Amino acid sequence: MASAGVSSLVVAVLRRDLSAAARRGSEWSNPLVFFIMVCALFPLGIGPQPERLAELAPGILWVVALLASLLASDSVFRGDYDDATLEQMLLSHQPLYPQVIAKTIAHWLLSGLPLSLLSPLLGVLLHLPMAGMGALMASLALGSAVLSFIGAIGAALTVGLRKGGLLLSLIILPLYIPVLIFGSSAVKAAVEAGPYLPQLAMLGVFFLLALALAPLAICGALRISVDQ
Amino acid sequence: MSRANLLFDANFPSASYILGGVLIDAEAGYWQSLTGVILAEQGLEVRQLYSERDDRVLFADLCFTLNAGDVLQIAGPNGSGKTSLLRILAGLSSRYEGDIFWQSHSLDQQRAAYLEQLLYIGHGAGIKAALSPLENLRWSCALRGLKQSDETIFQALTKVGLQGFEQQPCYSLSAGQQRRVNLARLFCIPAQLWILDEPFTAIDQRGVAEIELWISDFANAGGAVLLTTHHPLAMQRPLRVIDLGAF
Repeated sequence: MASAGVSSLVVAVLRRDLSAAARRGSEWSNPLVFFIMVCALFPLGIGPQPERLAELAPGILWVVALLASLLASDSVFRGDYDDATLEQMLLSHQPLYPQVIAKTIAHWLLSGLPLSLLSPLLGVLLHLPMAGMGALMASLALGSAVLSFIGAIGAALTVGLRKGGLLLSLIILPLYIPVLIFGSSAVKAAVEAGPYLPQLAMLGVFFLLALALAPLAICGALRISVDQ
Repeated sequence: MSRANLLFDANFPSASYILGGVLIDAEAGYWQSLTGVILAEQGLEVRQLYSERDDRVLFADLCFTLNAGDVLQIAGPNGSGKTSLLRILAGLSSRYEGDIFWQSHSLDQQRAAYLEQLLYIGHGAGIKAALSPLENLRWSCALRGLKQSDETIFQALTKVGLQGFEQQPCYSLSAGQQRRVNLARLFCIPAQLWILDEPFTAIDQRGVAEIELWISDFANAGGAVLLTTHHPLAMQRPLRVIDLGAF
């Protein structure tokens, strides 16, 4: 009974967030456009030599994806806070934990997943060798999910502030760094035909940790943000 | 003493209580079927509540009880702490000292049971503008663990006068209609206690009369209502008023 309740709760939150996003394209397309634009600017800025670009590509793609994710993270709870539907979430006698997980997953489906699906295209643009494409997509898909959960903690803490943008970056950027290190090194290893599964496994560990622990922090932060 | 601020409005003779109950018996049945159980003797009890904001005392030593069938209006000028009080009682704010009891148990121990019986409508929009009224209410119901059929939701929207607008995105509705979408939750979510913050905002005159009727019907069916409004209430029930302006 309880599990059926939780799963229908998760489905309802996912459905609502995805259909609301489907009608407001700008919210989720902005970070994606940012990702494409910045990646497209790099060959212009550092010159079109394929070897040079190929060497830098894993780092560039990962850093830009991280910044795009940072850009997107502010919007996780912003809309719900502004239209007071967040209060309804907090006042439900159903647990907040699965609701928060559902919201973060919806956010990842709209920001991280399209980013990783689009990344091979930008990899080609940056002359990333074909051998690195699989690792790039896998590391970005897994890594961006971790980034979404970390970003949601920051978003929940700063949602009550009018201008929380800079504070949000300061809070979550340090936590992004391990993900960046393992993500880009997975791609580098794949390009050099080395083993990249250990790095992906580390990202998997980060993901499971974030999935289990981040919602606790998010729930607490949301209660504090609404209580003022 | 705050008890002195509990005014029993003399404009409404106690006979109207019974009169109201008989008059709108059919409607009261609707709430009864929705709320299921009638509120126990002891509903919400507030003891020695104190709250301040920016070193300004909003209220102190505030005591009252709200039992089945009670309608309590929180009055007071802007900034007197009406919304703060309602947010405290809804459990959204912890900036208070004092005790709040629900059915004789402290709110801290009873939170889940309390929230299950509470329906709070704040002064925020409470709806997603990009979604239709139907989608908004579906989500609100799912959030409460309810599996309300679309028919129930359509009925609720018809009751608040939004027939024909069920599938339109809410941003295309007027401010009053959006408020009505939020108020439609009263008709799809069973509860024993309504906390309504300015429910009449942006609502037309006829709508205000309707909402007053819903409130008294709900109280007749055994519900308890706590509301703030600057609108003079004309209800077929005895109405208690707490004036926060007096603190």
